[in-house]
Amino acid sequence: MGTREETTGGGRLTKVVSVRDVWKFYGKVEVVKGVSFDVDEGTTTVIFGPSGAGKSTLLRCINMLHIPDRGTVFLRDIDLMKAGHKLNYYRSKFGMVFQHFNLFNHMTVLENVMIGPKVVKRISSDEARLTATKALREVRMEDWSKHYPSQLSGGQKQRVGIARALAMDPEVLLFDEPTSALDPELIGEVLQTMLDLAKEKKTMICVTHEMGFAKAVSSEMIFMDEGVIVETGSPEHFFTNPTNERTKRFLGRLTELYGRHENKNEAVAGKK
Amino acid sequence: MTGTPHLPPFFDTILSHLAFIIEGLPVTLSLTVYGMSLGFLLGLPMAILRVYGGANGRLFVVSYERVMRSVPPLVLIFVFYFGIHTSVFDVPGFLAVALALGLCSSGYQSQIFRGALESIGSGQMDAARSLGMGRLQAIRFIVAPQALRFALPSWANELATMIKDTSLAFVVGVAELMRRTDYVRAATYDPLIPFLLVAGIYFAIVFPITRIAGTWGREKKRLVVGG
Repeated sequence: MGTREETTGGGRLTKVVSVRDVWKFYGKVEVVKGVSFDVDEGTTTVIFGPSGAGKSTLLRCINMLHIPDRGTVFLRDIDLMKAGHKLNYYRSKFGMVFQHFNLFNHMTVLENVMIGPKVVKRISSDEARLTATKALREVRMEDWSKHYPSQLSGGQKQRVGIARALAMDPEVLLFDEPTSALDPELIGEVLQTMLDLAKEKKTMICVTHEMGFAKAVSSEMIFMDEGVIVETGSPEHFFTNPTNERTKRFLGRLTELYGRHENKNEAVAGKK
Repeated sequence: MTGTPHLPPFFDTILSHLAFIIEGLPVTLSLTVYGMSLGFLLGLPMAILRVYGGANGRLFVVSYERVMRSVPPLVLIFVFYFGIHTSVFDVPGFLAVALALGLCSSGYQSQIFRGALESIGSGQMDAARSLGMGRLQAIRFIVAPQALRFALPSWANELATMIKDTSLAFVVGVAELMRRTDYVRAATYDPLIPFLLVAGIYFAIVFPITRIAGTWGREKKRLVVGG
């Protein structure tokens, strides 16, 4: 059950998301095997680990894009497994940013960001336009409103992806390897946007291998392998004295890659 | 033909044949519009049911498609025109043909839209759902609009097929292009020229459509690129 029951300093922080013993199978394959952790309001949690560790699946279980096979997720005090028909509504409280951006190709940048508030929150087009413009300004993409996704660079697409999530005014932002499909020279602008959001005290859960980002803003890091949490702790803990052998080995390999940044784009390989 | 003294009267005849035949064009075109519309209105929901309707939905739609694509349209026309006409109520030829062609087409259009829906990556659905949209909202605002663009070339080919298939209406006495051509044949005892003329008319309508469909088909990739 709950691995960490200790109270957070002074109790000023409230838990926004509580993942409780989440399991997910694909057929007979166990992808996520009993994961539990909490996320405090205004903090950034970084999840990392080798590919196939179940990180993305876990992230998709958090907003119930994949329904867990066992366990549950709480959004504040709401048990999402018992949300029933209100699940769509609660899901809108999570903003999600995808590895391959998943922008709506038939819509302009502005429409991409407007459609969520318009359809889900049922606000007027004028209001939605204001909301969307504000979100686009936050990611410095307001000058590209009339462009289509196919006219943008990867970094710009991802910033629009972030704006689309922000426009719903979510309680939590989920990032699913937001930079791993980007050319190295485009990663910076996306990371900068994420850093800005972290500084604004947005609650964020990021699956990423950007250790610089993790070091700078995360309050908790989670190392996952083979569907379980191997080790959790602060960035200081991970970068000074990780205890687990597997963690050490993985971090070692990551640092190796970080020496030569251009090797990071393993996932670029022409998807979409 | 060249240089014969009969040239002027020959052209006269052809022109008057053409003028008579072409009066069937509005009928041919409206049969096409009704048939395609019915095929669309049935085919699109079928495709959605097939892709998103789970195992039962898929089974239902696959069976439906099999039937509709296996029965010759002429048989369906007779079912409506003779079968239902005599036993239940009066089905005019025009309606019988529109229904038959529409049902047939729905089997094909369902296939076209299924392929198009499946070609839209699951990431689009994920992104829509992550914003809080329900499944139907995601289909309506995100997946279907893109799928319809993707389906356009195949759909235009289906349109071309439909235009040609409306000539079957000839058998139940609907005065479309083919029927009127046959009137000319019967009146003039000329078995060749009227049919060559109507072949030319069909060609003039269908050829541009298949050409445009071909161009769209080549550009299809451009319609769906981006991320």
